[in-house]
Amino acid sequence: MTLVKHVGAALAVALILVVLSYTLGQYRQYQMAEVAAWVIAVAGLTILVGLSGQLSVGNGAFMAVGAFSTALLLIHVGWPIELIFVASVVITAVAGAIFGVAAARLRGPYLAGATLMLAVAVPFVAVAWPGVFGGDQGLDVLVAVPGFLGPLFPLTRWLAWLTCAFALVVLVLLANLAHSKVGRSWRALRDDDVAASLAGLNVARLRVLAFVVSSACAGLGGALLATWAASANPDDFSLTLSIGLLTAAVLGGLGSLPGAIWGSLVLVLVPSYLTNLGASHGLSSGASASVPIAVYGVVLILVMLLFPTGIQGGIRRFLGLAAPAAASPFSALRRQEPPSKRHQEKGMT
Amino acid sequence: MQEFIEFTLEGISSGIIYAAIALSLVLIWRGTRILNYSQGGMAMFSAYVALEVIYRTGSYWLGFGVALAAGLLLGAVLERTIIRPLTSKPPLNAVIVTVGLLILLEGLAGIIYGSSFRSFPEPYSINGLSLGSVALGITRNDAFTAAAVLAAALLLAAVFRFTSIGLRMRATAFSADVARLLGVRVGRMRTLGWALAGLLGALAGMLVTPSTLLYPNSMDAIFVLGFTAAVIGGLESPVGAVVGGLLLGVVLSYVGGYLGSQLVQIFGLAALILVLMIRPTGLFSATAIRQV
Amino acid sequence: MNRSHRVKVATVAALAATAMVVAACGSSGSSSKSSALTASAPGITAKQILIGSHQPLTGIAAPGYDEIAPASNAYFQYVNAHGGIYGRKIVYKYLNDQYNPSITTTVVHQLVLQDNVYAIFNGLGTPTHLAVAPFLNSEKVPDVFVASGCECWNATSSLPWTTGWQLDYIREGKLLGHYIEQHFKTDKIAFFAQDDEFGGDGVKGLEDEIPARQIVAKETYDPSNVKIAPQVAALKASGAQVVVSFSVPAFTALLKLNMVGLKYNPQLVVSDVGSDPITLAGLLASFAKSKVAGFGNSLTQGIITDGYLPSLGDTSNSWIKLLNKIHSQYDAKTPLDGNVAYGIAVAFTFVQAMFKAGRNPTRQDLLNAINAGLPQGFSVAPYAYSASNHNGITGAFMAKIENGALSPIGPVLVTDDTPTGGFSTAPAQPAAPASGIPSP
Repeated sequence: MTLVKHVGAALAVALILVVLSYTLGQYRQYQMAEVAAWVIAVAGLTILVGLSGQLSVGNGAFMAVGAFSTALLLIHVGWPIELIFVASVVITAVAGAIFGVAAARLRGPYLAGATLMLAVAVPFVAVAWPGVFGGDQGLDVLVAVPGFLGPLFPLTRWLAWLTCAFALVVLVLLANLAHSKVGRSWRALRDDDVAASLAGLNVARLRVLAFVVSSACAGLGGALLATWAASANPDDFSLTLSIGLLTAAVLGGLGSLPGAIWGSLVLVLVPSYLTNLGASHGLSSGASASVPIAVYGVVLILVMLLFPTGIQGGIRRFLGLAAPAAASPFSALRRQEPPSKRHQEKGMT
Repeated sequence: MQEFIEFTLEGISSGIIYAAIALSLVLIWRGTRILNYSQGGMAMFSAYVALEVIYRTGSYWLGFGVALAAGLLLGAVLERTIIRPLTSKPPLNAVIVTVGLLILLEGLAGIIYGSSFRSFPEPYSINGLSLGSVALGITRNDAFTAAAVLAAALLLAAVFRFTSIGLRMRATAFSADVARLLGVRVGRMRTLGWALAGLLGALAGMLVTPSTLLYPNSMDAIFVLGFTAAVIGGLESPVGAVVGGLLLGVVLSYVGGYLGSQLVQIFGLAALILVLMIRPTGLFSATAIRQV
Repeated sequence: MNRSHRVKVATVAALAATAMVVAACGSSGSSSKSSALTASAPGITAKQILIGSHQPLTGIAAPGYDEIAPASNAYFQYVNAHGGIYGRKIVYKYLNDQYNPSITTTVVHQLVLQDNVYAIFNGLGTPTHLAVAPFLNSEKVPDVFVASGCECWNATSSLPWTTGWQLDYIREGKLLGHYIEQHFKTDKIAFFAQDDEFGGDGVKGLEDEIPARQIVAKETYDPSNVKIAPQVAALKASGAQVVVSFSVPAFTALLKLNMVGLKYNPQLVVSDVGSDPITLAGLLASFAKSKVAGFGNSLTQGIITDGYLPSLGDTSNSWIKLLNKIHSQYDAKTPLDGNVAYGIAVAFTFVQAMFKAGRNPTRQDLLNAINAGLPQGFSVAPYAYSASNHNGITGAFMAKIENGALSPIGPVLVTDDTPTGGFSTAPAQPAAPASGIPSP
């Protein structure tokens, strides 16, 4: 029944989005497409961190893999763009599996460190082999509106449709996954991986699966973003992007798919608003360009100190809804302490 | 041969900086179980404060002292105000908060000091040193840098080993509850830990910024490599931090020199993954992973 | 005739004469002072012309370059205060893209789709602008006087709405290479270039002129990575006595710093993109204070470069006088350096083009005006503009940095962007208009 519920909700939202894509101007359509691409990547990350308890600051690297796969396939192979997206997802999922296997034994800060370095290093692959990847210039990703929509159909609306369609499909799939046995296994793993292992769950395989799912999402998000920006450029996939993804996931509410939507909206819409604010107050160009940055930092700190369950948590509280039945996503992460401390505590009781 | 000497010495002088950052990260991790993503930002901010002092008074050493004091103060204030509420919350919150802190510090630096690149003075000549006819590829400043960081590290080690405050800090890091029961002012020790980390970071910032020029993001890349060094060495071990930093610096210097500078980060990743696959908690970690 | 009759006749005659004059004026069409200003294109109203740009106001490319747009704006304000363009004021909205192509895409989409600018003026950066040029052309938005010397803007078939302005990097490489080939015939030459079209085009031009046997090393750098010690070590190991650098100012400074640390002192030849003496001096200021033996007052002394605008020290030049006037009135907070000169010079060219585009220009009218060719303005050499060529300035003079200013060491030479094209001396530069504003 949950599948029907999810598909129904998705169809309703799709209808609303189509209407919006006709009533909103071109610039808003452009932003819709950007938000949708982000939602896919953030949703994957929120599953990884919130459901399976693995902290990654490196999903930007997987977005880069998806983006460059799309760019290269578009240039060298003449497939239709939708098929290219699927292929990019597969390629990125494989990359995610490889990294997941290599990092399977890492916990907490060590996993964070590994993913941090991943986020920094992967864009350099494009620079190190410029003949293939276009070097610092990157590669063009140029798509056209399909013929059947007519010559007057704006590219911005087509991009909005493309990205939103993929986003809805991904969200439905992830929602079903989260409610399935796999999702429950992930939560068990997150809450106490030793107990989960004792209960018969294959911890390593589940952890790798989580990486595969989240990297596939990141890859699709990256592919769509590259299409939206009309280029795949290593500068787009800096550490800032990975941190942005994590921020969106946490701001929206970790482990929550609606949270992925809120977080993406904030991340796309708020910075440009802040930038205009800074410019209109007449600060020197360098100083005013830094105002949005400073405000953004303050917002992050305040939200985390005051609203740790993020926007979705706030909405649930506001609506009087209880927290989701599964244990809070955070209880397990608390247990990322070294065994010596645990032994000490045990010794005391 | 000439190049080999240059690369080795350059690697050591970069590695020393990574070691300093790694050391400050280890300090904070051991004391408060938090990964401080804003460590580089704190260092950068202290460097800006120093630059202002140097420009106004013309004295490098006064600026140097002020930077260290600023780092100390910054660390203490941040711990007291922003980090303290996080000790009872999940670690992920702390990650986001320190990231927010980093962004805030970079934005503030841009607003207060402008975001243009500033050149940063060095206390000694920037002319290269040579041994006879062999140019060593390092300057007197690099030698001073190495000496300063090593001195700081040794001083810290001595404090931890031989003083009662050091003992109390170690107790807090090992088990805060037990330490509290034994009368240790846990909150104060945590603040002190952050203050010392801020001091170390400021030291690293002062020493490395001349070669990167000073701008709000100048410490970002160095922080990443310092973090990597800390993870390689093992977040529990100060010795590991220093060894990890030096090792990383030298290896990456060879990679950049002989294979090309675009491969440096890729090799950094490979080195990290390699070490972690063999020892998932770093080279010098004493505790083993519990396996079932 | 009695008096009242004479008055009547006089009145009728006056009215008839007026009627004839009015009829004559009316029939001469839009050049008449009385024809109305209309909203003839997006971004144009009866009162103003809205143009946009993307600029690196923060980030690695900001040192120096963040002065360009404010300087252009200073010139626009001067024009606005003196009648504007046919009475319309120019409103210049430039947004920060942090020299990051994906941010460039976002801000340019905002300018075109939300702010509805008439044109994108002087978009800065090669990798950044390449990200938006196809979009601007598909939306048929004038993309004029791009602040980059990449050959890419000269693509009248694929990017008809885009034009360059400054001396392109291939021509510049050829000019620098020509000078090196003549004055450093027996020396080893090495290159240090940004790893994109900027560096690539520069090296292409250099290789057109410098014999291959003299070239001993080619190093590149990535603007996001300030650690260039390995490359400089490689340059030193090659034994090159001349290093040609196509770098932005921050990296020219870093190059010099690393060379000093390695005790390596070749002759530096730097692209005008990264050689502004005041910007460099600012970046190197703290180091010049420390005891650096043998390099004189400043670490920039002796750097060879080229210039395509009159030298700032040439105070008798009518264009320099105009620069000083605009700068002191509208941009006095910033020191008058090469970037400010650049900003004012390119703004002058835009005003020239807008005047030629007519009283109620469409977007196409602006491109037509440029395609018909523009007078030189601030540039020391003629433009290449035509319907088939969107390159801008075609020549420059060689110069040496001495005591923080550019001193010319040769005449203005003009060349083309082909591997075999030769060099000719440029005609003398026409003087600046007395009003400081190009004539319509």
